[in-house]
Amino acid sequence: MEPTTAPAKPKFSPAAQAEIKRLLTHYPDDRKKSTLLPVLHIAQAEFGGWVSPEVQDLVAETLGLRPIEVYEVSTFYTMFNLKPVGKHVIEICRTGPCMLRGSDELTAHLERITGAEVGGTSPDGVFTLKEVECLAACGFAPVVQVREKYYESLDTEENVNAMLNELRGLVHRPILPWEETGLPTSLQNNY
Amino acid sequence: MGRKLLTEHVNVEGIETFAVYRKHGGYRAVEKALKMTPEEVVEEVKKSGLRGRGGAGFPTGLKWSFLAKPEGVPRYLVCNADESEPGTFKDRFLMSKLPHLLIEGMIAGSYALGARTSYIYIRGELLYVLRILEKAIAEAYAAGFLGENIQGSGYSLDLHVHPGGGAYICGEETALLESLEGKRGNPRNKPPFPAVQGLYARPTVVNNVESIATVVPILNMGGDEYAKIGVGKSTGTKLFSACGHLNKPGIYELELGVPVEEFIYSDEYCGGIWKGRELKAVVAGGSSVPILPKELILKTAAGENRLMTYESLSDGGFVTGTMLGSGGFIAMDETTCIVKNTWNFSRFYHHESCGQCSPCREGTGWLEKVLHRLEHGHGSMHDIDLIVSVAKQIEGNTICPLGEAAAWPVAAAVRHFRDEFEWHVTHPKEATQPGAAYRGNLVMA
Repeated sequence: MEPTTAPAKPKFSPAAQAEIKRLLTHYPDDRKKSTLLPVLHIAQAEFGGWVSPEVQDLVAETLGLRPIEVYEVSTFYTMFNLKPVGKHVIEICRTGPCMLRGSDELTAHLERITGAEVGGTSPDGVFTLKEVECLAACGFAPVVQVREKYYESLDTEENVNAMLNELRGLVHRPILPWEETGLPTSLQNNY
Repeated sequence: MGRKLLTEHVNVEGIETFAVYRKHGGYRAVEKALKMTPEEVVEEVKKSGLRGRGGAGFPTGLKWSFLAKPEGVPRYLVCNADESEPGTFKDRFLMSKLPHLLIEGMIAGSYALGARTSYIYIRGELLYVLRILEKAIAEAYAAGFLGENIQGSGYSLDLHVHPGGGAYICGEETALLESLEGKRGNPRNKPPFPAVQGLYARPTVVNNVESIATVVPILNMGGDEYAKIGVGKSTGTKLFSACGHLNKPGIYELELGVPVEEFIYSDEYCGGIWKGRELKAVVAGGSSVPILPKELILKTAAGENRLMTYESLSDGGFVTGTMLGSGGFIAMDETTCIVKNTWNFSRFYHHESCGQCSPCREGTGWLEKVLHRLEHGHGSMHDIDLIVSVAKQIEGNTICPLGEAAAWPVAAAVRHFRDEFEWHVTHPKEATQPGAAYRGNLVMA
C-alpha cells in the first residue's frame, strides 16, 4: 500500500533516476528545466499520487532549480495533486460533450458508490473523486481517467461496475512505465 | 464513401508497428522528401492548400515559409498534440492508432524546415499515448529513419515526445513553448512570432498533429493532386470527431465538401440524432466556435446547403455562421438546455484561463457566475445583456485567443437563443426543473 503521508526526505528510486537521466538527454544541456513536467509526473507516480512540498523540493534539487520554479508549475497544471489522495484518483470529465451524455449522473452515481465527494477521498481511503475538463474522448462519453488509463462509455451501470471492480482488484500499485522494460502500459480503450 | 488519405490502413492489424506500417507504404514519403530539397518539400505543402487542422486553419505551407533561418541557429518543428478543445478527439485517435504516420510527417516536416531536433508536445492526460509514440519512435530509430544520417541522406534528426501537465491553454502555440521550456503556460505577446523566436528563443514552427500527418499523403500523391480534392480553398480530407446526441459518434475522415445534413443524418456517417429526437443545435468545430440552431447549421442564411468546408461553415460570419475550427462536431438534441450548456463552456474557459490578462481572467469568471445564476433561476433580463457586454469587452483585449474562445460561444448563444435565456428569467420555476429544456425555439422537421 503506497504511503499517503509525505516521507520526510524522499528519494527517487534507481529506476526513476535512470528515467530522469534519459529524459535529460532530450533537451539542450543548458535546458534542464524542460524536464520539469515529465519529472513531476514521475514524482507523483512514485510518491503516492501526489506531490508534497518535500517531493517538489526533491524535484528542484534533482534538476538544479529553485523550489519556487517547481511550486509555480505544480500549482498551474491540473494533473498534479498537491494534497494526499486515495489509492485511486478517479478523474471525471465534466465538460460539455460529456455533460450531454450524462457526466452529471455519472458523478452523482460515483459519489454514492464510493462514498467520496468530488474533491475528496472516500472514508476507506480507496477512491478520490476529481472533476477534470475535456479529456479528448467525447465520442465515448461519459469518460473517466485513472492514472494513465481511460475508462470510456460509462453510461451503463455495467461499465461503471467493471471499472470499479478492476480498480478494487488492484492489490499492488501498477508497475510504473519506467520500471518495465520496453513495453508501454497497454490499455483497453475504444481506440 | 470518400478517399481516406490518413486512415486508409487504420484497421490493419499491427499498423502501429513499424514493420506493418512500412509494408503498407509507410516511410515512402520520407524517402521521397530526402531526395528533394527542403524548399521543394515546402513547395508541395504550399501547392496542396493544406490549412492548419488544429482549429485556426492557417495555410500550413505559408506558415512554413515564414520560418527564419539565421546561420548557425538551431530550428525546431514542434507538433502540437495538446488536443483539449472540447468536442475534439481526432488527434488522440490518430496518434494511438497510427503513431508512425505522425512520426513520418515529423521527419519530412523537420527536413523541410531544417530542424535537427523536433518535439511532439502531448497533453499530460495522454501519457498512455506518449508511451505508444515513444515505442514507435524507438522502432524508427532502429530502422534508420531517425538519428544520424537517415537512410544515408546526410540528414540527421532526433525526435522526442514531451508531456504537458493538464492545461488547455498549452494548446496555444506560445503557451505550449513556455510549457516545453518547463514553465507555466502563459502565452507570449506576438510579435515576435515563433517563426522568429520560438522554443528557447529560436526559430520554431508549431503545427497540429493532423497537419503534420497530412504531409505524408501530400508528399506521396503530390501537392497538386491533393489540392484537387475538396471544394474551393478547403482542399483535401479532414478528420472530424463527432459527439453529443448522435447515433454514431466517432471519428470520420471526410473529403472536405460533404454536406452538413448528410454528415449528421446519413448512416454512412453519424446516423442521425439518438433516441429518435430532433436536432436543436450544433457546435461545429470545438467549443470555441459559435453555436448554431438547426436551421442555420444545415443551411446558410441565404438558404444554401451548408458543406463541411472552411468557407461554407463561415458563411454569414458570426451573425449567421460559425467556423470549421478543430472539427469537433457537437450535436445537441431537443432536450438540451442551451443556457446550461453555455454555462458549462464558460466554466471551462474560466477554469482554463491562465490569468495573465484581466479581461480574460475576470471576464471569464463573470461569465461563469452570471450564467450560473441565469441557469439556476436567479437571473435578470439585465444579466442577458451583461454577458453579451462582458464577452464584447474580452474580445480583442487579450494576449491570446482564449479570450475570444470564451466570448464567442456566449455571444452566439444569446444571439440565436435569446428567448431561451429570457424564459429562464421569466419562468425560473419551470426552467430549474431537473432536465428542463426550452422548446419554443425549435424548428421541427
